[in-house]
Amino acid sequence: MSESPLVLMKDIVKRFPGVLANDHVTFELRRGEVHALLGENGAGKTTLMNILYGLYKPDSGEIYVKGRKANIRSPRDAIRLGIGMVHQHFRLIPTHTVTENIILGLKEAGFVINYKKMNEEIKRLAESYGWKINPDARMWQLSAGEKQQVEILKALYRKAEILILDEPTSVLTPQETRALFRAVRRMAEEGKGVIFITHKLEEVMEVSDRVTVMRKGRVVVTKNTRDTNPQELANYMVGRPVIFEIEKKELQPGDPVAVIKDLYAMSDKGVLALKGVNLEVRRNEILGLAGVTGNGQVELVEVITGLRKAVKGRVIIDGKDVTNRSPREIMELGVAYIPPETLRWGVVPSLRVVDNLFLKAYRYPPFSKSAVIDWKKVYEKAEELIREFEIITPSPFVKTRTLSGGNIQRLILARELSGIIGGGVPKLIVAAYPTKGLDVGATEFVLKTLVKYRDMGSGVLLVSEDLEEILRVSDRVAVIFDGKIMGVFKSSEADIEEIGLLMAGVKEKAKAG
Amino acid sequence: MVEWLESVLAGAVQMGTVYLLASLGEIYAERSGILNLGLEGIMIMGAALSFLFTIAYGHLTALILVVIVGMLLSLILAVMAVSLRLNQVVVGLALTLFGIGMSGFLTHPTIRGSVLLHLNPDLPETALIIQEAPKLPEIPIPGLADIPLIGPVLFKHNILVYLALILSFAMWFILFKTRIGLSLRSVGENPAMADALGVNVALVRYLATLVGGALGALAGAYLFIGFQPFWVEGMTAGRGFIALALVILATWNPLRAILGSLLFGGVEVIQFRLQLIGLGAQAPQFVLMLPYIVTIVALSLLSFESVKKRIGVPAALGIPYSREEV
Ligand SMILES: Nc1ncnc2c1ncn2[C@@H]1O[C@H](COP(=O)(O)OP(=O)(O)O)[C@@H](O)[C@H]1O
Ligand SMILES: [Mg+2]
Repeated sequence: MSESPLVLMKDIVKRFPGVLANDHVTFELRRGEVHALLGENGAGKTTLMNILYGLYKPDSGEIYVKGRKANIRSPRDAIRLGIGMVHQHFRLIPTHTVTENIILGLKEAGFVINYKKMNEEIKRLAESYGWKINPDARMWQLSAGEKQQVEILKALYRKAEILILDEPTSVLTPQETRALFRAVRRMAEEGKGVIFITHKLEEVMEVSDRVTVMRKGRVVVTKNTRDTNPQELANYMVGRPVIFEIEKKELQPGDPVAVIKDLYAMSDKGVLALKGVNLEVRRNEILGLAGVTGNGQVELVEVITGLRKAVKGRVIIDGKDVTNRSPREIMELGVAYIPPETLRWGVVPSLRVVDNLFLKAYRYPPFSKSAVIDWKKVYEKAEELIREFEIITPSPFVKTRTLSGGNIQRLILARELSGIIGGGVPKLIVAAYPTKGLDVGATEFVLKTLVKYRDMGSGVLLVSEDLEEILRVSDRVAVIFDGKIMGVFKSSEADIEEIGLLMAGVKEKAKAG
Repeated sequence: MVEWLESVLAGAVQMGTVYLLASLGEIYAERSGILNLGLEGIMIMGAALSFLFTIAYGHLTALILVVIVGMLLSLILAVMAVSLRLNQVVVGLALTLFGIGMSGFLTHPTIRGSVLLHLNPDLPETALIIQEAPKLPEIPIPGLADIPLIGPVLFKHNILVYLALILSFAMWFILFKTRIGLSLRSVGENPAMADALGVNVALVRYLATLVGGALGALAGAYLFIGFQPFWVEGMTAGRGFIALALVILATWNPLRAILGSLLFGGVEVIQFRLQLIGLGAQAPQFVLMLPYIVTIVALSLLSFESVKKRIGVPAALGIPYSREEV
């Protein structure tokens, strides 16, 4: 091949305090290809691409764009070289219009912005990829899929030939994902190069021409996608064969432990987030709650655990009406809670591991007697929990924030499930996005633990945005959209297509089970 | 009665100009994400220096120098808040304390004479001890100034009053209709996004803070040479903080700031009037309290997340930005 590649990154090294995020990474992108960048969370994919986009400065290494050595010091340089990046967490301004979000920083917009002309051009560009977008709409009015289209338009409008998409499907429904794949293929046909970051194997197989696998800051391999398969990629990715199946006992679900009746509640913004939710979680079962993030999931778990007031409806746990009771009363009934965004809501990062372990149990015997904490008992039990839940920590006395995400999640599981609060197995486990941001190993541990407690008799409400994960471990799946339950299915009989449609709010052939 | 109304309204415009100038600058600073709690300090420095500089050099030079000092003072804030990413509240309050102390020091009767002689050694003895300076001249707009009621209220003021009004419209236009304005608003909403699109976040924040400092100092100068050219230590009397509240009431919009300024200015003028005709011993204090009450209420409302979202506080207000930190 005589033509030089669009991008060549050579021997890139980037160190953050305590981590070697990129360890002599070499990566190549050719014209007209979709190149998947695969790796677990923390493998260093985003870091590598942030370097290409001028957001991070590499400690060493060289970058060539279209055969010429490039010195990329800021996104401005990257844009000039024809590089565009769509970040994993959207970088958008909700209160601004679509056009304002796209043309920010563009000289071509003119000193006094000619909105009419810009709107026209943006509309036309969007339509050429089959997207319908109102340029005057404010960003907050758009769905996640549309927001992403705006993000991509930002790059395309700047005539990017090198497009970086960082985990673009994590907020999309299956249908939106397919539409995105079509647009991506289209860009490759136009001769652009697309870097598609993901940790999902099927996506690699479906959309890419080549794939580069990263693990712990290093490149493991680069291959043509047609010369490989998901099992092989998984092995490269985690460095050991993974077990995809989670073992589950065949069990008959028992009596309901939680019954939610016609529940209404407000979001923080003061609008109705729950609009008449009806659900039942039974003993010995995992009920998965599927849905695109932001459709009322967080509000629902907060009402169940007493953290948010219901405006209407009832929550009945173990036969008792606990609607709008305090979190402590509900906890004392045997409700365990694994909150979303663990580091923010689940632990006090500046306290020690042992303090966080006993953040709830400290007030009950045998750990405290007449308002005095029995530290000896607490320390003994802490050692035991650290072993049982495989929490990797130098000691129980280090600050919790020094632990990795996976170990913090294990800490929370230990605190909530081990029975140190009420003794015995929790009746209801409410788990909100318990695997979000965790690597494969930690995810497996969390899911196995939930299944283990289900086998021991708990009812589990599992909220997740990963449909595949829900189908793997749940006995039943409920789909939530816009604060309403769109349908409930047995996992074994669930149809991914239909669930995808329900997640997007399309309810044409409702055959609830 | 018409006369009374006329003089109250004209007074409201004149008093309001103090608030308008200060809040216009602060609107730009906050739109870029920088909360300048040093505004009060910059204003009082502007007032004190306009006093000294006017005696030493006359009006025009004084105004130019005051604006430069205002920018230098806000540059301190910009370096601390943007480059060193320190807590803006702490730095701002420090700046205010500095301004209050420094202005009192420079104008203190035992110091002022030698300060003035340093500025201009040719000053006569008498200039070193007077508490007053010449007021900015009124410039009636020919033709318009003679219209009954409207003329005296709108078209018979000094240059800074006109400037403030023109600036309101110009700054509104720049903010909402031009590329620079879009960059400014975006930097205050989501600096990471602006950065990713090639906008120089630090530069925008520096410039906006400097505009805020320049106009803050000008507001102080106006209070003295344009409104009440008799020096009283601490004469800004918290008006910098009222301007901060006004920015919120105006929802960061330069045109709405005009209305807010007239309201606050009007309240103050009415209170003066009541005092003059000896109406009620307690009532004046009560009326005088109003701007502060509005300020406190506005600032407390701001602490509610839901209110914040609805009125459109710049989302990154007060939050330092750095590329590599998450
Ligand atoms: N800005 C940063 N500061 C400190 N550490 C970082 C930063 N960005 C990433 N890291 C660390 O670098 C490693 C790689 O992260 P990242 O590139 O985000 O991985 P990936 O995108 O593959 O999930 C992780 O250990 C992460 O904690
Ligand atoms: Mg990443």
